[in-house]
Amino acid sequence: MIPRVIPCLLLRDRGLVKTVQFGSDVYIGDPVNAVRIFNDKEVDELIFLDIDATREGRGPDLEIIYEIAGESFMPVAYGGGISTFEDAQRVIRAGVEKVVINSTAYRSLDVIREVSAVYGAQAVVGAVDAKKALLGGYKLYSRSGTREEKVKLTDHIAALVDAGVGEVFVNSIDRDGKMSGYDIELIRRVSSATPTPVIACGGAGSVADLAEAVEKGGASAVAAGSIFVFRGKHKAVLINYPRGAFVDVS
Amino acid sequence: MIAIVDYDIGNLGAIENMLARLGAKAAITNDAEKIRSATGLILPGNGSFDACMCGLRATGLLPTIEKRVFDAKVPILGICVGAQMIGKGSEEGNEKGLGWVDMTAHKFPASPALRVPHMGWGSVRVTQRTDPIGSALEPDSRFYFVHSYYLKPAFRHNVILEANYGFDFAAGVVEGNIYGVQFHPEKSHRFGKSLLRAFKDLCG
Repeated sequence: MIPRVIPCLLLRDRGLVKTVQFGSDVYIGDPVNAVRIFNDKEVDELIFLDIDATREGRGPDLEIIYEIAGESFMPVAYGGGISTFEDAQRVIRAGVEKVVINSTAYRSLDVIREVSAVYGAQAVVGAVDAKKALLGGYKLYSRSGTREEKVKLTDHIAALVDAGVGEVFVNSIDRDGKMSGYDIELIRRVSSATPTPVIACGGAGSVADLAEAVEKGGASAVAAGSIFVFRGKHKAVLINYPRGAFVDVS
Repeated sequence: MIAIVDYDIGNLGAIENMLARLGAKAAITNDAEKIRSATGLILPGNGSFDACMCGLRATGLLPTIEKRVFDAKVPILGICVGAQMIGKGSEEGNEKGLGWVDMTAHKFPASPALRVPHMGWGSVRVTQRTDPIGSALEPDSRFYFVHSYYLKPAFRHNVILEANYGFDFAAGVVEGNIYGVQFHPEKSHRFGKSLLRAFKDLCG
């Protein structure tokens, strides 16, 4: 099995942006153009996250999802603003394979349960955003890192798995956009708390970092933003995709 | 026209999209008339085996589909759970499969090294080069897999493609004009395009 290498792309005002620690952002470009480039590069999979939908109290932007999905000849996951089963259904009907559920799962696990029952576990990704706590361990945050949640990391992962997610996506808020390497300890905690595949995100700065998340963190797939959209010391915007980070060992 | 059988199980747009890119006429449909006039059929499948079998039966299209497949010998391609449905059944559920190919679907044993579902890109080995689909694949083809159950055909001659997840399993099967693939060609870039092009050519 070759670990998947997944560009994780952030939607804001119908454009793509890249954040640092969930804060300041840089404009990257048009999402549909980016999909076309990633198609040519034959990427393993794409994740799109609308980082404003939940905070702005609106549902998913179906028009942009439909456009993105129509151009994608690889699996696509979408997250952002999905708070009901109907939201998830509309997103799936717009053409994506997987819905990513984050903030809603802290209030209720019903959306995950229903999507998993109707479309199968493979169609639901449970996502968590975590930050290192001062006294050790991790704290979870919802609403694009703006609301602290009380539940323990491993308890929450167990609840997501129990509700029927087919995958867990874990993002490090501290490492986001820093390109200094993944939070391996965080990934390890998550991957040992679930039998499902784990997608690691947050901090990748090199191909070696991708490998480390798999080899040391136990991730089954690696997601990243900066390394796929920036090039060079000055972070010039350039969509790219490193091939051969992993070789098939099966 | 290739009919993609619609029984309300999620996203079928991707299959239609890729066929359109290949210049094939395709329609997502649950209209018996369209299925009768189609020169090829695609049987998709997502989610649980029982939900798919019940959903397909509920459309009332099965007699029409079987007539086309067995009397007119129209090529049909089952994708993912659709490939499992053309077999006799699955460990996942209690519903009977269509029984067109002598095989059953079995659960992958989970282990820390091999997580279930098996999700991601896998290399595929062609085991029957003489098959029109097997022979059409690009060298070093890889496909996108998402499944917890794998196909286990009773006979070797039904296997055209093999993949590996802890052990070798059938990734593609054939029985005359009936094909099934465990992976998602519609989500597998040019490798999937080659496969769907070969299927389209079979449909004439």
